[in-house]
Amino acid sequence: MKWGVVTFPGSNCDQDAFRVVEEGLGETLVRIWHKDADLGGADVVIVPGGFSFGDYLRCGAIARFAPVMEAIRTHAARGGLVMGICNGFQILCEAGLLPGALVRNAGLRFICEDAALRVERRDLPWTRGLPETFVAPIAHAEGRWVAAPPVVERVEGEGQVVFRYARRDGVVAEDANPNGSTHGIAGLVNEGGNVLGMMPHPERNAERGFGDGSGLLLFQSVLASFAGGRT
Amino acid sequence: MLVRVLVLPRRAVLDPQGRAVAQGLVHLGFPVRDARVGRVVDLEIDAPTAEEARSLAGRMCEVLLANEVVEDWEVLP
Repeated sequence: MKWGVVTFPGSNCDQDAFRVVEEGLGETLVRIWHKDADLGGADVVIVPGGFSFGDYLRCGAIARFAPVMEAIRTHAARGGLVMGICNGFQILCEAGLLPGALVRNAGLRFICEDAALRVERRDLPWTRGLPETFVAPIAHAEGRWVAAPPVVERVEGEGQVVFRYARRDGVVAEDANPNGSTHGIAGLVNEGGNVLGMMPHPERNAERGFGDGSGLLLFQSVLASFAGGRT
Repeated sequence: MLVRVLVLPRRAVLDPQGRAVAQGLVHLGFPVRDARVGRVVDLEIDAPTAEEARSLAGRMCEVLLANEVVEDWEVLP
């Protein structure tokens, strides 16, 4: 399969995504520029973290209008896999590909630390290969997921929550919620399950030495699902 | 012509920046109960009438300047 990674002006976690695809997985990488008209045949598109367009106006507010977003929208509508990490999650929410919005952390501070995550669904391409909990670092000032109450209810009711901030033992609790995100939500999918948004960076814990490397499991899970034709 | 728009966090959404500002003001001795911090955008719009310019500004808010999930917007008179 081909793995696309989009770069916007100001994206910086595209580099880590390149590394996961090429070195971590040994897979084919397609570098996608924000002005590209198509996805270069990518089967899965990663919208990486960083500070696209300087986070000007709102995080992801401007990237959402980049020319490439049209192709991403079409790809997602066809059931294609799209993964937004951190700023990527913000962009997908601004683009309406995922519900809700990411706003300023409740404590106002930029938080840079490892986050333990409870995996709420293990039946998706993203999570089939994941253990019940895994760790990935967060690095953000606008990571608090919010939405109108009916939307929150629907997201929870439809099982769209994929990751929740938890204590190391996997227990979800307010004291494990770094940014005040509604119900401790760290990552969720759209109704079809093919578009994932998550604030933590699995690509930053994809090699031993940068953590325990368990973030690689997420990408391997996608690869295995694709190979098995079960996306 | 110049059109000014105001974008503020919705009351239902926690505004930690506003809360920090309010606390700072209270600390300075002001009788402040609440504050919300948003942004002002001044737009130079080419339109035949002020009304049309304001209407366009409203569309701009809906499309880009405000995220209606978490923000309220207003085109100022």
